[in-house]
Amino acid sequence: MAVKQISIFVENKEGRIKKAIDTLGKSNINIRALSIADTTKYGILRLIVSDNEKAIEALEKDGFIVKENEVIILAVPDEPNGLNSTLAVFDEKGINLEYLYAFVSSKTDEAIVVMRLENMEKAIEALKDSNVKILDENDIKDL
Amino acid sequence: MFWNEKAECMEKEEKEKIQLERLQKTVKLAYENVEFYKKRFDEIGLKPEDIKTLKDIEKIPFTTKSDLREAYPLGLLAVPREEIVEVHASSGTTGKPTVTAYTQNDLDIWGECIARGLKMAGAEKEYIIQNAYGYGLFTGGFGIHHGGNKMGAITIPISAGNTQRQLDTMVDFQSDILTCTPSYAMYLGESREKAGISLEDINLKAGIHGAEMWTDEMRKRIESSLGIKTFNIYGLTEVMGPGVAQECEFQNGMHIQDDQFYPELINPETGETLDYGEKGELVLTSLTKTGMPILRFRTKDLTSLIAEKCECGRTTVRMTRITGRSDDMLKIKGVMVFPSQIEKALLKIKGISPNYMIHVTRPDILDEVEVKVEASKELFFDEMKEMEKVEKQIQASIRSETGLRVDVTICEPETLPRSEGKAVRVIDERNFD
Repeated sequence: MAVKQISIFVENKEGRIKKAIDTLGKSNINIRALSIADTTKYGILRLIVSDNEKAIEALEKDGFIVKENEVIILAVPDEPNGLNSTLAVFDEKGINLEYLYAFVSSKTDEAIVVMRLENMEKAIEALKDSNVKILDENDIKDL
Repeated sequence: MFWNEKAECMEKEEKEKIQLERLQKTVKLAYENVEFYKKRFDEIGLKPEDIKTLKDIEKIPFTTKSDLREAYPLGLLAVPREEIVEVHASSGTTGKPTVTAYTQNDLDIWGECIARGLKMAGAEKEYIIQNAYGYGLFTGGFGIHHGGNKMGAITIPISAGNTQRQLDTMVDFQSDILTCTPSYAMYLGESREKAGISLEDINLKAGIHGAEMWTDEMRKRIESSLGIKTFNIYGLTEVMGPGVAQECEFQNGMHIQDDQFYPELINPETGETLDYGEKGELVLTSLTKTGMPILRFRTKDLTSLIAEKCECGRTTVRMTRITGRSDDMLKIKGVMVFPSQIEKALLKIKGISPNYMIHVTRPDILDEVEVKVEASKELFFDEMKEMEKVEKQIQASIRSETGLRVDVTICEPETLPRSEGKAVRVIDERNFD
């Protein structure tokens, strides 16, 4: 149920993020979601893209360090308390959240949340028992 | 076993007696014939007669590379020009080249030193030496050549480069000994494998490698890829060239030909003489050369010395592997640090590339050090806390190696200077004026 996200190491230097995005554009890769975690020295650019394999190949060719890792993507009701009820599922089981980023799509009324949790297996188990809507690769393609 | 058992296995007392006699002769020769030395001695009121013991050598001022540069090209001759038969010069990458001039007698001494080393590597008169050091102003090619001639071995002056021809020569002539820089030896080893030449097709037994720094890791690779035992050789143009010191089969320090060159160890900062076991800068004085005698030359090479008799039976003083150059030394927060220490600390971390930069600043009154390293797939994690762990691990490794707490910055790959050649690894922006 987990979806593969790619992470890129970017030095905190002029034009580096643009360069990464540029590389993806030139390879005709669509970015579905994006977030940046940053420190004063470097950042981690996290992306959900249309074609991981192609994206990694293009980025590595341009000298970037890229890793693929698993995240969970959820559809959360776009209304007050929407995210809260989802987080409660993890809270009850004591599963720590590493990070999350969210976006809204014009094609659905729900907010899309990308999450990385400390224990991905346990998190997926917990979600199965809840009524939270988990999105898979195919769902993402339609967003 | 020995090329010159008498010289190489001399008892301490006898050796010191010979060293003193030769030192006194060299000092007299230099003082009386070289304007530069006379001036240096006169400035401090030193006379050749004041050198009464070996310890008195400490009264003689040091000679540096820049002194040699100022005397470029032939300002330090101690004999009339007609006695000089050959000259060599350093590459001049850091300024004007430094030149060394040799009389026929000096060349014989050089050949003698190299012949001792060839013998340490197991060479015999009927051996074929494939000399892949560069022939030219560089001392490597000709130095080995003179030694091969002295021994009466067959020297192939193939010089460096033309790898296909090197491999053909190894196979066709069944060369016994390969002499070249360690990086070229490594390249030849890899090329042999690629060319599909098996170890049975060649007959190499030993390699004598030097003229650049190399590691145990490189040694292992050369030894396995060429099926040889390797011998580290040391020397420098300013003093003579290769052959000042070389390892024997025990590979435990390089035997300095100390009946020809007198070694001292000093604190590079204060110039004070250090005990043998300590780590310091090697200072060399020629004891027999007459064309261009050299007194207390600061090699800038950092090493330590071993006085004990070697398992091989030789009593010559040994020097340990060069661990750095004193010009590279940094003093940070009062602590002496060498870039090589940082390198060593980094190499202990899996997945790190050996490319790094050291950036020293003094924003206020305290020194700050930033060490930049390149990210790699093994060192990159999607989670911040994992990234912090990597930084801390690097920090801890540097701390245990140098005692310094440094700031670690992880950079994108291929953004720092490569390890080949003379890469600038240190940027010191402190202002001491």
